[in-house]
Amino acid sequence: MDKYISTPLTNEVIESLQVGDYVYITGLIYAARDAAHKRIFEAILEGKEIPLDLNNNIIYYLGPTPAREGQVIGSSGPTTSSRMDKYTPLLLDHGLKGMIGKGKRNQEVIEAIKKNKAIYFAATGGAGALLSKKIKKSKVIAYEDLGPEAIRELYVENFPVVVVIDSYGNNLYQIINQSS
Amino acid sequence: MRSMRIIHTEDIIKNIKEMCIEANVTLASDVEEKIIKASSEERVSLGKQILEQLCENLEIARNEFIPICQDTGMVVVFLKVGQNIYIQGGSLEEAVNEGIRQGYQQGYLRKSIVSDPIIRENSNDNTPGIIHYEIVSGDCLEITVAPKGFGSENMSQIYMLKPSDGVEGIKKAVIDTVKNAGPNACPPIVVGVGIGGNFEKCAYLAKKALTRNLNKRSHLEHIKRLELELLEEINQLGIGPGGLGGRTTALGVNIESFPTHIAGLPVAINICCHVNRHVTRSL
Ligand code: SF4
Repeated sequence: MDKYISTPLTNEVIESLQVGDYVYITGLIYAARDAAHKRIFEAILEGKEIPLDLNNNIIYYLGPTPAREGQVIGSSGPTTSSRMDKYTPLLLDHGLKGMIGKGKRNQEVIEAIKKNKAIYFAATGGAGALLSKKIKKSKVIAYEDLGPEAIRELYVENFPVVVVIDSYGNNLYQIINQSS
Repeated sequence: MRSMRIIHTEDIIKNIKEMCIEANVTLASDVEEKIIKASSEERVSLGKQILEQLCENLEIARNEFIPICQDTGMVVVFLKVGQNIYIQGGSLEEAVNEGIRQGYQQGYLRKSIVSDPIIRENSNDNTPGIIHYEIVSGDCLEITVAPKGFGSENMSQIYMLKPSDGVEGIKKAVIDTVKNAGPNACPPIVVGVGIGGNFEKCAYLAKKALTRNLNKRSHLEHIKRLELELLEEINQLGIGPGGLGGRTTALGVNIESFPTHIAGLPVAINICCHVNRHVTRSL
Protein backbone atom coordinates (compact mmCIF):
# COMPACT_ATOMS: atom_id res chain seq x y z
CA MET A 1 0.00 0.00 0.00
CA ASP A 2 1.24 3.52 -0.77
CA LYS A 3 1.60 5.76 2.29
CA TYR A 4 2.83 9.30 2.86
CA ILE A 5 4.60 10.19 6.11
CA SER A 6 6.66 13.04 7.51
CA THR A 7 9.49 13.36 10.02
CA PRO A 8 10.06 13.40 12.94
CA LEU A 9 8.35 10.05 13.39
CA THR A 10 5.64 9.40 15.97
CA ASN A 11 4.66 6.08 17.52
CA GLU A 12 1.29 6.41 15.88
CA VAL A 13 2.77 6.68 12.41
CA ILE A 14 5.26 3.89 13.03
CA GLU A 15 2.53 1.55 14.25
CA SER A 16 0.46 2.24 11.16
CA LEU A 17 3.22 1.00 8.85
CA GLN A 18 3.60 -2.64 7.88
CA VAL A 19 6.10 -4.69 5.95
CA GLY A 20 5.65 -4.29 2.22
CA ASP A 21 4.19 -0.77 2.44
CA TYR A 22 5.55 1.60 -0.21
CA VAL A 23 6.18 4.80 1.73
CA TYR A 24 7.00 8.36 0.66
CA ILE A 25 8.93 10.30 3.31
CA THR A 26 8.98 14.11 3.60
CA GLY A 27 11.02 16.09 6.11
CA LEU A 28 14.46 16.24 7.72
CA ILE A 29 16.55 13.07 7.90
CA TYR A 30 20.24 12.44 8.61
CA ALA A 31 22.77 10.74 6.36
CA ALA A 32 25.48 8.67 8.08
CA ARG A 33 27.37 5.50 7.22
CA ASP A 34 30.19 3.31 8.58
CA ALA A 35 32.79 5.76 9.88
CA ALA A 36 30.22 8.22 11.27
CA HIS A 37 28.42 5.38 13.05
CA LYS A 38 31.64 4.30 14.68
CA ARG A 39 32.20 7.80 16.02
CA ILE A 40 28.62 8.28 17.24
CA PHE A 41 28.73 4.88 18.92
CA GLU A 42 31.99 5.63 20.68
CA ALA A 43 30.79 9.09 21.75
CA ILE A 44 27.64 7.61 23.32
CA LEU A 45 29.67 4.96 25.17
CA GLU A 46 32.03 7.62 26.48
CA GLY A 47 29.08 9.75 27.57
CA LYS A 48 29.99 12.57 25.19
CA GLU A 49 27.71 14.88 23.21
CA ILE A 50 26.77 13.61 19.78
CA PRO A 51 26.41 16.02 16.86
CA LEU A 52 22.84 15.06 15.91
CA ASP A 53 19.50 14.65 17.62
CA LEU A 54 18.53 10.99 17.40
CA ASN A 55 15.13 11.41 19.04
CA ASN A 56 12.34 10.28 16.72
CA ASN A 57 14.58 10.76 13.74
CA ILE A 58 15.68 8.72 10.74
CA ILE A 59 19.23 7.90 9.65
CA TYR A 60 19.84 7.18 5.98
CA TYR A 61 22.86 4.96 5.25
CA LEU A 62 24.36 7.10 2.53
CA GLY A 63 27.69 8.29 1.20
CA PRO A 64 26.86 10.42 -1.87
CA THR A 65 29.02 11.33 -4.84
CA PRO A 66 30.23 14.96 -4.88
CA ALA A 67 27.64 17.49 -6.09
CA ARG A 68 28.25 19.36 -9.31
CA GLU A 69 27.86 23.12 -9.44
CA GLY A 70 24.17 23.90 -8.94
CA GLN A 71 23.22 20.45 -7.63
CA VAL A 72 21.90 19.90 -4.10
CA ILE A 73 23.78 16.60 -3.77
CA GLY A 74 25.31 13.95 -6.03
CA SER A 75 24.10 10.41 -6.59
CA SER A 76 22.41 9.32 -3.35
CA GLY A 77 21.35 5.69 -3.07
CA PRO A 78 21.52 3.49 0.03
CA THR A 79 24.52 1.47 1.16
CA THR A 80 24.40 -2.03 2.70
CA SER A 81 22.87 -1.78 6.18
CA SER A 82 24.40 -4.86 7.79
CA ARG A 83 27.70 -3.04 8.28
CA MET A 84 25.87 -0.75 10.70
CA ASP A 85 24.35 -3.65 12.69
CA LYS A 86 27.03 -3.52 15.34
CA TYR A 87 26.17 0.09 16.21
CA THR A 88 22.41 0.13 15.62
CA PRO A 89 20.92 -1.30 18.85
CA LEU A 90 22.69 1.35 20.94
CA LEU A 91 21.45 4.13 18.67
CA LEU A 92 17.90 2.78 18.87
CA ASP A 93 18.16 2.71 22.66
CA HIS A 94 19.11 6.38 22.45
CA GLY A 95 16.04 7.51 20.58
CA LEU A 96 16.65 6.69 16.90
CA LYS A 97 13.34 5.62 15.33
CA GLY A 98 13.96 4.90 11.70
CA MET A 99 16.65 3.71 9.32
CA ILE A 100 16.88 3.69 5.55
CA GLY A 101 19.34 1.34 3.86
CA LYS A 102 19.39 -1.81 1.81
CA GLY A 103 19.75 -5.46 2.68
CA LYS A 104 19.48 -7.74 5.68
CA ARG A 105 19.75 -6.86 9.39
CA ASN A 106 20.84 -9.26 12.13
CA GLN A 107 18.62 -10.63 14.90
CA GLU A 108 19.87 -8.14 17.52
CA VAL A 109 18.84 -5.24 15.32
CA ILE A 110 15.42 -6.78 14.71
CA GLU A 111 14.93 -7.25 18.46
CA ALA A 112 16.02 -3.67 19.15
CA ILE A 113 13.60 -2.41 16.50
CA LYS A 114 10.76 -4.26 18.20
CA LYS A 115 11.76 -3.19 21.68
CA ASN A 116 12.04 0.49 20.74
CA LYS A 117 9.08 0.60 18.34
CA ALA A 118 11.30 1.61 15.47
CA ILE A 119 11.27 0.83 11.76
CA TYR A 120 13.64 -0.18 8.97
CA PHE A 121 13.05 0.92 5.40
CA ALA A 122 14.83 -0.11 2.20
CA ALA A 123 15.51 2.37 -0.57
CA THR A 124 16.37 1.04 -4.00
CA GLY A 125 20.04 0.12 -4.30
CA GLY A 126 21.52 1.51 -7.48
CA ALA A 127 18.90 4.23 -7.97
CA GLY A 128 21.17 7.02 -6.72
CA ALA A 129 20.46 9.47 -9.54
CA LEU A 130 16.70 9.20 -9.08
CA LEU A 131 16.90 9.37 -5.28
CA SER A 132 19.12 12.48 -5.43
CA LYS A 133 16.18 14.29 -7.02
CA LYS A 134 14.09 13.71 -3.89
CA ILE A 135 16.67 15.48 -1.73
CA LYS A 136 15.91 19.19 -1.72
CA LYS A 137 18.50 20.42 0.81
CA SER A 138 21.74 18.98 2.09
CA LYS A 139 24.30 20.25 4.54
CA VAL A 140 27.23 18.64 6.30
CA ILE A 141 26.68 19.03 10.04
CA ALA A 142 29.53 16.98 11.50
CA TYR A 143 32.71 14.98 10.84
CA GLU A 144 33.51 16.89 7.68
CA ASP A 145 36.92 15.22 7.65
CA LEU A 146 35.20 11.96 6.68
CA GLY A 147 34.41 13.29 3.19
CA PRO A 148 31.61 11.18 1.68
CA GLU A 149 31.11 9.64 5.14
CA ALA A 150 30.42 12.93 6.94
CA ILE A 151 27.07 13.37 8.69
CA ARG A 152 24.58 15.40 6.65
CA GLU A 153 21.21 16.84 7.39
CA LEU A 154 18.91 16.31 4.42
CA TYR A 155 15.51 17.68 3.60
CA VAL A 156 13.66 15.12 1.47
CA GLU A 157 10.37 15.30 -0.36
CA ASN A 158 8.42 12.15 -1.18
CA PHE A 159 11.48 9.99 -0.80
CA PRO A 160 10.42 6.45 -1.87
CA VAL A 161 11.15 3.53 0.44
CA VAL A 162 9.66 0.15 1.33
CA VAL A 163 9.03 -1.09 4.89
CA VAL A 164 11.25 -4.15 5.36
CA ILE A 165 11.16 -4.55 9.16
CA ASP A 166 8.17 -3.07 10.91
CA SER A 167 7.75 -2.15 14.59
CA TYR A 168 6.21 -5.54 15.27
CA GLY A 169 9.40 -7.28 14.17
CA ASN A 170 8.02 -8.63 10.88
CA ASN A 171 10.78 -8.98 8.28
CA LEU A 172 9.86 -8.75 4.60
CA TYR A 173 13.06 -10.42 3.35
CA GLN A 174 12.36 -13.42 5.56
CA ILE A 175 8.75 -13.62 4.44
CA ILE A 176 9.87 -13.63 0.79
CA ASN A 177 12.55 -16.23 1.54
CA GLN A 178 10.00 -18.58 3.11
CA SER A 179 7.34 -18.19 0.45
CA SER A 180 9.66 -19.08 -2.44
CA MET B 1 62.08 -6.23 -38.32
CA ARG B 2 58.51 -4.85 -38.32
CA SER B 3 58.32 -1.41 -36.83
CA MET B 4 56.58 -0.79 -33.54
CA ARG B 5 53.45 1.31 -33.28
CA ILE B 6 53.83 4.12 -30.78
CA ILE B 7 51.04 4.88 -28.33
CA HIS B 8 51.50 7.85 -26.07
CA THR B 9 50.57 7.70 -22.38
CA GLU B 10 48.68 10.98 -22.83
CA ASP B 11 46.25 9.16 -25.08
CA ILE B 12 45.84 6.39 -22.56
CA ILE B 13 45.21 8.85 -19.72
CA LYS B 14 42.62 10.78 -21.71
CA ASN B 15 40.75 7.64 -22.74
CA ILE B 16 40.72 6.08 -19.30
CA LYS B 17 39.47 9.35 -17.84
CA GLU B 18 36.59 9.48 -20.31
CA MET B 19 35.78 5.82 -19.86
CA CYS B 20 35.56 6.13 -16.06
CA ILE B 21 33.02 8.93 -16.45
CA GLU B 22 31.07 7.22 -19.21
CA ALA B 23 30.86 3.90 -17.34
CA ASN B 24 29.38 5.59 -14.30
CA VAL B 25 26.60 7.51 -16.05
CA THR B 26 25.49 5.12 -18.79
CA LEU B 27 25.14 1.36 -18.94
CA ALA B 28 25.97 -0.77 -21.95
CA SER B 29 22.84 -1.14 -24.11
CA ASP B 30 22.51 -4.89 -23.49
CA VAL B 31 22.32 -4.34 -19.72
CA GLU B 32 19.91 -1.43 -20.02
CA GLU B 33 17.65 -3.35 -22.42
CA LYS B 34 17.45 -6.27 -19.99
CA ILE B 35 16.35 -3.92 -17.20
CA ILE B 36 13.70 -2.28 -19.39
CA LYS B 37 12.41 -5.64 -20.57
CA ALA B 38 12.27 -6.98 -17.01
CA SER B 39 10.32 -3.94 -15.87
CA SER B 40 7.61 -4.58 -18.44
CA GLU B 41 7.47 -8.32 -17.65
CA GLU B 42 7.74 -8.38 -13.84
CA ARG B 43 4.37 -9.21 -12.28
CA VAL B 44 5.04 -8.83 -8.56
CA SER B 45 4.01 -5.25 -7.85
CA LEU B 46 6.78 -4.15 -5.45
CA GLY B 47 9.37 -5.71 -7.73
CA LYS B 48 7.87 -3.92 -10.69
CA GLN B 49 7.94 -0.58 -8.86
CA ILE B 50 11.63 -1.10 -8.12
CA LEU B 51 12.40 -1.88 -11.78
CA GLU B 52 10.49 1.21 -12.88
CA GLN B 53 12.64 3.25 -10.51
CA LEU B 54 15.73 1.72 -12.11
CA CYS B 55 14.57 2.68 -15.61
CA GLU B 56 13.86 6.25 -14.52
CA ASN B 57 17.19 6.31 -12.71
CA LEU B 58 19.06 5.42 -15.90
CA GLU B 59 17.31 8.22 -17.78
CA ILE B 60 18.20 10.82 -15.16
CA ALA B 61 21.78 9.58 -14.91
CA ARG B 62 22.35 9.81 -18.64
CA ASN B 63 20.58 13.13 -19.16
CA GLU B 64 22.05 14.95 -16.18
CA PHE B 65 25.43 13.25 -15.80
CA ILE B 66 24.60 12.02 -12.31
CA PRO B 67 26.27 8.70 -11.48
CA ILE B 68 23.82 5.77 -11.76
CA CYS B 69 24.89 4.69 -8.29
CA GLN B 70 26.70 6.62 -5.54
CA ASP B 71 29.13 3.71 -5.17
CA THR B 72 31.18 4.53 -8.21
CA GLY B 73 33.32 1.58 -7.34
CA MET B 74 36.87 0.37 -7.41
CA VAL B 75 38.10 0.55 -10.98
CA VAL B 76 39.11 -2.70 -12.66
CA VAL B 77 41.01 -2.24 -15.92
CA PHE B 78 41.61 -5.03 -18.41
CA LEU B 79 44.42 -4.23 -20.85
CA LYS B 80 45.10 -6.22 -23.99
CA VAL B 81 48.52 -5.02 -24.98
CA GLY B 82 49.53 -5.79 -28.54
CA GLN B 83 53.12 -7.03 -28.57
CA ASN B 84 53.98 -4.68 -31.43
CA ILE B 85 53.26 -1.46 -29.59
CA TYR B 86 55.65 0.82 -27.81
CA ILE B 87 54.31 2.93 -24.97
CA GLN B 88 55.88 6.36 -24.95
CA GLY B 89 55.75 9.00 -22.25
CA GLY B 90 56.15 7.00 -19.06
CA SER B 91 54.84 4.00 -17.24
CA LEU B 92 51.65 2.30 -18.43
CA GLU B 93 50.53 1.60 -14.87
CA GLU B 94 50.99 5.22 -13.86
CA ALA B 95 49.06 6.32 -16.96
CA VAL B 96 46.12 4.08 -16.04
CA ASN B 97 46.03 5.44 -12.50
CA GLU B 98 46.35 9.02 -13.74
CA GLY B 99 43.35 8.41 -16.00
CA ILE B 100 41.36 7.10 -13.05
CA ARG B 101 42.45 10.06 -10.91
CA GLN B 102 41.34 12.59 -13.53
CA GLY B 103 38.12 10.74 -14.31
CA TYR B 104 37.03 10.54 -10.68
CA GLN B 105 37.95 14.17 -10.05
CA GLN B 106 36.47 15.71 -13.17
CA GLY B 107 33.45 13.39 -13.30
CA TYR B 108 32.35 14.16 -9.71
CA LEU B 109 32.63 10.48 -8.85
CA ARG B 110 32.98 9.18 -5.32
CA LYS B 111 36.43 8.35 -4.01
CA SER B 112 35.99 5.00 -2.34
CA ILE B 113 39.51 3.61 -2.07
CA VAL B 114 41.54 3.36 1.14
CA SER B 115 45.31 3.19 0.69
CA ASP B 116 45.79 0.42 3.22
CA PRO B 117 43.25 -2.30 4.05
CA ILE B 118 43.96 -2.08 7.79
CA ILE B 119 44.88 1.57 8.38
CA ARG B 120 42.01 2.59 6.06
CA GLU B 121 42.80 6.14 5.02
CA ASN B 122 41.06 7.33 1.87
CA SER B 123 43.47 7.82 -1.03
CA ASN B 124 41.20 10.73 -2.08
CA ASP B 125 41.52 10.11 -5.81
CA ASN B 126 40.08 6.59 -6.15
CA THR B 127 43.47 5.12 -7.07
CA PRO B 128 44.92 2.65 -7.44
CA GLY B 129 42.81 0.70 -9.89
CA ILE B 130 43.19 -3.05 -10.32
CA ILE B 131 44.93 -3.73 -13.62
CA HIS B 132 44.93 -7.03 -15.51
CA TYR B 133 47.43 -7.21 -18.37
CA GLU B 134 47.22 -9.57 -21.26
CA ILE B 135 49.89 -9.59 -23.94
CA VAL B 136 48.37 -10.33 -27.35
CA SER B 137 49.55 -10.28 -30.94
CA GLY B 138 49.07 -7.18 -33.05
CA ASP B 139 49.59 -3.46 -32.57
CA CYS B 140 46.51 -2.36 -30.66
CA LEU B 141 45.87 -1.51 -27.06
CA GLU B 142 42.40 -2.63 -26.00
CA ILE B 143 41.19 -1.11 -22.76
CA THR B 144 38.17 -2.20 -20.74
CA VAL B 145 37.25 -0.07 -17.74
CA ALA B 146 34.90 -1.76 -15.29
CA PRO B 147 34.21 0.11 -12.02
CA LYS B 148 32.82 -2.36 -9.49
CA GLY B 149 30.68 -1.57 -6.44
CA PHE B 150 31.30 -3.41 -3.20
CA GLY B 151 27.72 -4.11 -2.12
CA SER B 152 27.79 -6.92 -4.63
CA GLU B 153 31.56 -7.59 -4.55
CA ASN B 154 31.23 -8.46 -0.85
CA MET B 155 28.72 -11.19 -1.68
CA SER B 156 31.08 -13.02 -4.09
CA GLN B 157 32.58 -16.44 -3.30
CA ILE B 158 35.23 -18.96 -4.30
CA TYR B 159 34.70 -22.71 -3.91
CA MET B 160 37.47 -25.27 -4.32
CA LEU B 161 35.17 -28.12 -5.35
CA LYS B 162 36.19 -31.72 -5.90
CA PRO B 163 36.03 -33.17 -9.43
CA SER B 164 33.36 -35.57 -8.17
CA ASP B 165 31.10 -32.62 -7.30
CA GLY B 166 30.60 -32.12 -11.04
CA VAL B 167 27.97 -29.91 -12.63
CA GLU B 168 25.59 -30.39 -9.71
CA GLY B 169 28.24 -29.10 -7.32
CA ILE B 170 28.85 -26.07 -9.53
CA LYS B 171 25.15 -25.29 -9.67
CA LYS B 172 24.77 -25.60 -5.93
CA ALA B 173 27.73 -23.27 -5.37
CA VAL B 174 26.20 -20.63 -7.65
CA ILE B 175 22.68 -20.92 -6.21
CA ASP B 176 23.95 -20.83 -2.61
CA THR B 177 25.97 -17.71 -3.36
CA VAL B 178 23.03 -15.95 -5.00
CA LYS B 179 20.71 -16.89 -2.13
CA ASN B 180 23.18 -15.67 0.43
CA ALA B 181 23.63 -12.39 -1.47
CA GLY B 182 19.85 -11.90 -1.39
CA PRO B 183 18.89 -8.23 -1.16
CA ASN B 184 22.42 -7.08 -0.25
CA ALA B 185 23.82 -7.22 -3.78
CA CYS B 186 21.14 -4.90 -5.22
CA PRO B 187 19.25 -7.36 -7.39
CA PRO B 188 18.56 -7.79 -10.24
CA ILE B 189 22.12 -9.02 -10.42
CA VAL B 190 24.50 -10.20 -13.09
CA VAL B 191 26.34 -13.39 -12.16
CA GLY B 192 29.89 -13.90 -13.41
CA VAL B 193 31.23 -17.42 -12.97
CA GLY B 194 34.75 -18.71 -13.48
CA ILE B 195 35.22 -22.47 -13.65
CA GLY B 196 38.57 -24.24 -13.73
CA GLY B 197 42.13 -22.93 -13.70
CA ASN B 198 43.32 -22.56 -10.12
CA PHE B 199 42.50 -20.38 -7.13
CA GLU B 200 43.28 -16.98 -8.65
CA LYS B 201 42.52 -17.86 -12.27
CA CYS B 202 38.88 -18.75 -11.59
CA ALA B 203 38.36 -15.46 -9.72
CA TYR B 204 39.83 -13.57 -12.66
CA LEU B 205 37.58 -15.47 -15.09
CA ALA B 206 34.52 -14.68 -13.00
CA LYS B 207 35.32 -10.98 -13.07
CA LYS B 208 36.02 -11.09 -16.77
CA ALA B 209 32.72 -12.90 -17.41
CA LEU B 210 30.89 -9.83 -16.08
CA THR B 211 32.20 -7.74 -18.96
CA ARG B 212 30.73 -10.00 -21.65
CA ASN B 213 27.58 -8.89 -23.49
CA LEU B 214 24.56 -10.41 -21.74
CA ASN B 215 23.07 -11.57 -25.04
CA LYS B 216 26.19 -13.52 -25.95
CA ARG B 217 26.30 -17.11 -24.72
CA SER B 218 29.42 -19.22 -24.28
CA HIS B 219 30.66 -20.84 -27.51
CA LEU B 220 30.98 -24.15 -25.64
CA GLU B 221 27.74 -26.10 -25.82
CA HIS B 222 27.87 -27.55 -22.28
CA ILE B 223 28.76 -24.19 -20.75
CA LYS B 224 26.04 -22.43 -22.69
CA ARG B 225 23.51 -24.94 -21.37
CA LEU B 226 24.76 -24.34 -17.82
CA GLU B 227 24.39 -20.56 -18.27
CA LEU B 228 20.78 -20.93 -19.38
CA GLU B 229 19.84 -23.46 -16.70
CA LEU B 230 21.38 -21.40 -13.94
CA LEU B 231 19.61 -18.22 -15.08
CA GLU B 232 16.31 -20.08 -15.05
CA GLU B 233 16.92 -21.54 -11.59
CA ILE B 234 18.06 -18.23 -10.12
CA ASN B 235 14.96 -16.49 -11.39
CA GLN B 236 12.81 -19.08 -9.66
CA LEU B 237 14.31 -18.23 -6.27
CA GLY B 238 11.82 -15.40 -5.81
CA ILE B 239 14.36 -12.88 -4.47
CA GLY B 240 13.31 -10.32 -7.07
CA PRO B 241 14.23 -6.66 -7.64
CA GLY B 242 15.62 -5.08 -4.48
CA GLY B 243 15.13 -8.47 -2.81
CA LEU B 244 11.48 -7.51 -2.37
CA GLY B 245 10.11 -10.46 -4.31
CA GLY B 246 9.57 -11.26 -7.96
CA ARG B 247 10.90 -13.17 -10.91
CA THR B 248 13.69 -10.80 -11.88
CA THR B 249 16.56 -11.84 -9.65
CA ALA B 250 19.27 -12.04 -12.32
CA LEU B 251 19.63 -10.32 -15.70
CA GLY B 252 22.18 -12.84 -16.90
CA VAL B 253 24.68 -15.56 -16.04
CA ASN B 254 28.00 -15.45 -17.88
CA ILE B 255 30.47 -18.29 -17.45
CA GLU B 256 34.12 -18.45 -18.49
CA SER B 257 36.07 -21.68 -18.17
CA PHE B 258 39.70 -22.81 -18.32
CA PRO B 259 41.60 -26.14 -18.14
CA THR B 260 42.33 -27.29 -14.61
CA HIS B 261 44.26 -29.91 -12.58
CA ILE B 262 43.18 -33.57 -12.35
CA ALA B 263 42.52 -33.09 -8.63
CA GLY B 264 40.45 -29.92 -8.70
CA LEU B 265 37.34 -28.03 -9.73
CA PRO B 266 37.69 -24.41 -8.68
CA VAL B 267 34.58 -22.26 -9.06
CA ALA B 268 34.41 -18.52 -8.46
CA ILE B 269 31.19 -16.56 -8.41
CA ASN B 270 31.51 -12.82 -8.83
CA ILE B 271 28.19 -11.16 -8.08
CA CYS B 272 27.50 -7.83 -9.77
CA CYS B 273 24.49 -5.60 -9.23
CA HIS B 274 22.34 -4.33 -12.09
CA VAL B 275 24.81 -1.42 -12.34
CA ASN B 276 27.10 -3.71 -14.33
CA ARG B 277 29.52 -1.10 -15.65
CA HIS B 278 32.03 -1.69 -18.39
CA VAL B 279 33.30 0.30 -21.34
CA THR B 280 35.78 -0.93 -23.95
CA ARG B 281 37.88 1.08 -26.39
CA SER B 282 40.65 0.12 -28.73
CA LEU B 283 43.57 2.50 -29.32
S1 SF4 C 1 25.92 -3.10 -5.22
FE1 SF4 C 1 25.85 -1.92 -7.12
S2 SF4 C 1 23.87 -0.89 -7.15
FE2 SF4 C 1 24.25 -1.61 -5.07
S3 SF4 C 1 25.16 0.14 -4.04
FE3 SF4 C 1 26.84 -1.11 -4.79
S4 SF4 C 1 27.36 -0.33 -6.84
FE4 SF4 C 1 25.36 0.50 -6.25
